[in-house]
Amino acid sequence: MFKNLLDWIEYRIPMMRVANMHAIQYPAPKNMNFWYIFGFLATIVLVNQIVTGIWLTMSFEPSAERAFASVEYIMRDVQYGSILRYMHSTGASFFFIVVYLHMFRGMMYGSYQKPRELLWLFGMFIYLALMAEAFMGYVLPWGQMSYWGAQVIVSLFSAIPVVGPDLVIWIQGDYVISGATLNRFFALHVIALPLVIVILVFLHIVALHEVGSNNPDGVEVKRKKGSLKEEEKTKFEMHEYYTKKYDIIDDVVPFFPHIVLKDLVAFCVFLALFCYVMFFMPEMGGYFLEKPNFEIANPLKTPEHIFPVWYFTPFYAILKAVPDKLGGVIAMFAAIIALAVLPWIDRGKVKSWRYRCGFHKWNLIIFAIVFVFLGYLGGTPQENWKITASQIATIMYFGFFVLLFIYSKNEKTKPVPERITK
Amino acid sequence: MSNVSVDATDSSINENQPQDNPRRRFLTIATSVVGAVGVVGAAVPFIGSWQPSEKAKAAGADVQIDISKVEPGQLIRVIWRSKPVWVVRRTPELLASLKNHEDQLKDPNSEVEQQPAFAQNSYRSLKEEYLILVGICTHLGCSPQHLTDGAFAQYAEGVSEGFFCPCHGSKFDMAGRVFESVPAPSNLVVPPYQFVDDNTVIIGSEAEA
Repeated sequence: MFKNLLDWIEYRIPMMRVANMHAIQYPAPKNMNFWYIFGFLATIVLVNQIVTGIWLTMSFEPSAERAFASVEYIMRDVQYGSILRYMHSTGASFFFIVVYLHMFRGMMYGSYQKPRELLWLFGMFIYLALMAEAFMGYVLPWGQMSYWGAQVIVSLFSAIPVVGPDLVIWIQGDYVISGATLNRFFALHVIALPLVIVILVFLHIVALHEVGSNNPDGVEVKRKKGSLKEEEKTKFEMHEYYTKKYDIIDDVVPFFPHIVLKDLVAFCVFLALFCYVMFFMPEMGGYFLEKPNFEIANPLKTPEHIFPVWYFTPFYAILKAVPDKLGGVIAMFAAIIALAVLPWIDRGKVKSWRYRCGFHKWNLIIFAIVFVFLGYLGGTPQENWKITASQIATIMYFGFFVLLFIYSKNEKTKPVPERITK
Repeated sequence: MSNVSVDATDSSINENQPQDNPRRRFLTIATSVVGAVGVVGAAVPFIGSWQPSEKAKAAGADVQIDISKVEPGQLIRVIWRSKPVWVVRRTPELLASLKNHEDQLKDPNSEVEQQPAFAQNSYRSLKEEYLILVGICTHLGCSPQHLTDGAFAQYAEGVSEGFFCPCHGSKFDMAGRVFESVPAPSNLVVPPYQFVDDNTVIIGSEAEA
């Protein structure tokens, strides 16, 4: 009966074929480690954001007069409203935590290198769309930090020569940040950008499955057709889409159940952490939800300190480090673009840092530390020493890419193993 | 002219190349042009819709203020286009002191167009006594604080009064001129304004020449 139903469907739409190809018989390297859980977790958080977001729009009112009060209504009167909102706000911060770790994984194991450049680019577009999505979402509660954060970010566009000031009025839909701005940000936050993100995630996964997953050794598991002996090929049954084009080495496992189960274990641990934050410290000491945002937006009163939420602070520090408005904006966007063009900056042939030169390992570790340090500088009140510190850190940030470009050309690497190691 | 071939082995058929090429080419160009015009035309309402609405434009209209009760040294705030506008009645001593720190300023002569032509002078105002400024920092849009009675001297040596932006530490003097080595790139904006009589100012428009 059930079999008949499946056949009936399969005859009309390739449901099982797609499931087999992308979720069940997808060849995944067997040495995928802890660092390979964040793509899965990011997907889970995306679903959380969409579902809780839909529920929040049922009670939220996107107008300058009612937005703040409607968030209070959600928090106090709507049944389970506070839980839904904290799931959404905690989800936003966790989204960036997992995305940053996911990106760092890609950098450690060279997952952006040929042939995965486009995969990396799609990832960077997701990251950009996610930043726009998070920024606009933060404006919606219409608190002080919503308003003044929007003021700072939107006025970045005024630095553009000639058209800047008119562009700002066009974005705002008013001469200042106003209800018109709030309303259009709401539309973009709940319809336009989620659509873009979901489409990009789809493309990211399609691109991943086309080139195949990288792994901590950076050894390709898909080999040229006919290059492997029968005993070297995987004993698992993989989807013919992969086996038709390639010989797949005996270092892979099918995605289901092996990888799915590993991801589910990670998901349980993640869920425990997530729930702890959501229930006991949803504001995270003012980092996930900033204190001034519990006060309604007031265009005549600037908060004493204006910071973006923590996940933007590294770029905010770079913006502030440059003592020129247009220069600061350019440096900030250059910091993101530099990451996006990483596949072309890194001229090395060896992917994983396990087999690259020791200098590369240190370069990457220092880059990660500098990124966190910039986040600290951008998220704490201005002090004199911090200006110099953020200028040095900005130079170090870009220095990572410059050094990588130089030494990756003729890098002294270790021999890469033929097969995946344990 | 027409090079239609019915030979099944012809590569143009195998590659799904269109037949009767001149016609195909004409249709491709014609539909592309019409399509492009259509896209541009259809984009107009979507892009134009983001401009300020008629309601927003009306709310951005001129504001009339009575300055007869402003004491010397006092700063009052009014709202114009939802932005704070400061009106300061400067004392003669303050006006005299403006010259003393010009070497610390980025643009002491207001060369950057941050003011209507009438205010491009060392006081940056129509009448020396009244300083009228948009109270928004030219860096990233925060509203600076007015520090008086020497409280400003901690930020700028020898200058007792001025505006200090708490966001990123930009500093301005009592003519709204920006100091050196701060993030703000230019002087504070002077809005267009005009005096109807000695006690009434209209913010938002200039007197007809």
